[in-house]
Amino acid sequence: MAITLTINRKKVSLDIDSNTPLLWALRDHVGLLGTKFGCGIAQCGACTVWVNGEPMRSCVLPISAVGNAQITTIEGLDATGKHPVQEAWDELDVAQCGYCQAGQIMTAAALLKKNPHPSKQEIVDGMAGNICRCGTYHRIQEAVALASKKVKK
Amino acid sequence: MKTTRRNFIQQTALFTSVFTLGFDWFESKGAAMAIANEPGRFNAFLSIDALGKIRLYSPNPEIGQGIKTAFPVVVAEELDVDWKQVEVLQANLDTQNFERQLTGGSGALKHSWERLRKAGASVRQMMVQAAANQWKVDAAACNTSKGFVLGPAGQKASYGSLAAEAAKLPVPATVSYKDRKDYKIIGTRVRGVDNHSIVTGKPVFGLDIRKPGMVFAQIVRPPFGATLKSFAADDVKKMPGIIDVVSFKNKVAIVGSSTYEIMQARQNLTCSYTSETTLESNDTHQAWFDAGMKSDKATLQRKDGDFAKAISEAAKVIEATYECPFISHSPMEPMNFFADVKPGAVLLAGPTQVPQPAQKAVATLLGVPENTIQVELSKMGGGFGRRLSNDFALEAAELSSIIKKPVLVMWTREDDMGGGTYRPAVRYHFKAGIDAIGNLTAFYLRGVGINAGNSTRQDNFPVGAIDNVLIESVDQKSAVTTGPWRAPITNFLGFAEQAFLDEVAEAAGKDPIQMRLDLLARVKSNPVGKITYEPDRFAEVIKQVAEKSAWKKKPGVHQGFSVYYSHFSYVAQVAEVQVKNGKPQVTQVTAVTDCGEVINLSGAENQVKGAIIDGMGHAMFAKLNFQAGVTSPTNFNAYRMIRGNEVPKIDAYFVDNGISPTGLGEPALPPTGGSIANAIYAATKKRFYKQPFY
Repeated sequence: MAITLTINRKKVSLDIDSNTPLLWALRDHVGLLGTKFGCGIAQCGACTVWVNGEPMRSCVLPISAVGNAQITTIEGLDATGKHPVQEAWDELDVAQCGYCQAGQIMTAAALLKKNPHPSKQEIVDGMAGNICRCGTYHRIQEAVALASKKVKK
Repeated sequence: MKTTRRNFIQQTALFTSVFTLGFDWFESKGAAMAIANEPGRFNAFLSIDALGKIRLYSPNPEIGQGIKTAFPVVVAEELDVDWKQVEVLQANLDTQNFERQLTGGSGALKHSWERLRKAGASVRQMMVQAAANQWKVDAAACNTSKGFVLGPAGQKASYGSLAAEAAKLPVPATVSYKDRKDYKIIGTRVRGVDNHSIVTGKPVFGLDIRKPGMVFAQIVRPPFGATLKSFAADDVKKMPGIIDVVSFKNKVAIVGSSTYEIMQARQNLTCSYTSETTLESNDTHQAWFDAGMKSDKATLQRKDGDFAKAISEAAKVIEATYECPFISHSPMEPMNFFADVKPGAVLLAGPTQVPQPAQKAVATLLGVPENTIQVELSKMGGGFGRRLSNDFALEAAELSSIIKKPVLVMWTREDDMGGGTYRPAVRYHFKAGIDAIGNLTAFYLRGVGINAGNSTRQDNFPVGAIDNVLIESVDQKSAVTTGPWRAPITNFLGFAEQAFLDEVAEAAGKDPIQMRLDLLARVKSNPVGKITYEPDRFAEVIKQVAEKSAWKKKPGVHQGFSVYYSHFSYVAQVAEVQVKNGKPQVTQVTAVTDCGEVINLSGAENQVKGAIIDGMGHAMFAKLNFQAGVTSPTNFNAYRMIRGNEVPKIDAYFVDNGISPTGLGEPALPPTGGSIANAIYAATKKRFYKQPFY
């Protein structure tokens, strides 16, 4: 039974097990590899995508639960890298290995959509669900603040 | 995804001059022949085509340490081009043209600094000579700037326009380097060359590898020390998407067409194991520590003077035992590797810190010549030492040879945490003697490690400052596989030693910073035996951190000091703890690092801050348990990783001394546990003797 998903504003029809987590649908069947596998149990946030604009852990979200919702992945945020969060991440040179950063960026962009001018504490709390093993936490927090300023403009 | 050498040649076929190279380090590798056939390729590290396109090749595997940016910065600086002009490419394994193409030991810049400068400076000189010849002027009267040669009468020619003529010139026998005051790129903040790929989600990691005809696989591995007796795979094979189930080397591989299908099928696999000995548990390891501490078969690592006599005459004796558990590397990208084994041609691709040993090991495994094995390097989602073991690459190659298909072997987080080459568990016993006026006169250390090799660093400070020293180690063999974990051995030894010296200073009635400076003064004037460190550089980072942290000048703030020398670099730290709601909270760490010349300030700060967070998180939270050869926990729900709401403010400073650069991926980690533990002690009078602290 084919399931139709809306990913980055495009309809994609998939003939796969409806229990397949969105993460693996994206990576193995749609060919969008920017969303990362880190833990598989919604603990690290590397797989964060948006479902109707809400940040969700795609590793535990079966595609059957997605329905007609709009899915946005890192590739759909801004393919040219001009989203304020992407620009801030580059300007402050946040990444070390970079593997967790797609999830960090999707979390940060969702946070700013809801709260365009978060306080320092709101940034720290809002980003605490995403693990960065390289320890880029300071720059992540600084980049969210910088992106917030860019949104203001 | 990457420009390979082959399509690079096709892209730049318009530039065809061919010449012979004179670089001694290339000739010794037979590289002149290999590179001379490539248009525009002046040497292993750089090419310039007629259109002025400058490509810099970064040979070392990028693991997050920023080497793919730092190496080209050095070449671009000496070539004297604008950083915006260059394109950086990851070189694949190329044993003809590169040496030490690996990531480990924080050794890349130390090894390659001269080579990188020479690669840039010699081509700059060739450009100048080509222009001088064209303008009929003395080369010494010409200068360069941002990829142009400037002549004495206002002439100006781009490197691109000169490249064809420059390539015909002999490579200069001697090169001169820029004065560091003229650096335009080195020491500035240079953004990572892969930033755009990262923020737009480009497929640059090992798990993103996709090749025609490729299948996926996961592998079930036995408990440590166990042998696979049998497995039942009939139910697995019937599952949707499953292509094959095969066994090799005590492992069972499930091959399928997608990850989720393999994960589902895997749940139906039953394996039974046997073992000739009792499988290891936490109790086993504790018993080994106890036995190792009593053993009369310890290996002597260092002996100065007469420790036994000195300790018996000491006015005061301080003793302490420290212990750390096995821990996982837990890079965010779990282990994985791609292999395509065909008769006469093997392709390996993926994240490894050591591609050449992967090539060699696979050659041995398959019984094929090394030169038939190509290794493509992907970016690595961290490694921290885990990707120094090529077990995952060997698995992929063996599996591909069995199933005769290109295959990407993926480890789940549980596989990764449960099947590690862990940081070895170690117990240390320290004993120190001080005389009536508080001088350290005797120092003893025994390290008992489990698959740790020599768990001491017997020639490191404070050794060299003490007349009577005895250092010995015991290594207990185990079925648990261990390996280097960021700052091997010193990641815990650094904590234990710095925490112990804090106790010694307290017992001696000395300020912990002044005690170190006094000891270093002794080393400088009259060292005891062999030392591996420079006392002046050691003292400098200590003095600077005391100043930057306002040591003991902050009311209400409890400070802890530590300093450690590793990978040829020096890092001193002061951690600060404030008691909030009755609980000690680490609020700040100030670090002063001497790693010689800082190549990329942005990357350097990242390494120091990252290493401190890494050291702090693992010191506070990380522990693996063993029960009958099986590890727990196996995922981040129970194996706690430090998070962004738990990190202190970190100030990272660097000593500006212009000394040739040394390592930075690891050296800021070893002092971290000590500075934090000592600060918590200052606040609470409670000392930590075991990791994890909490």
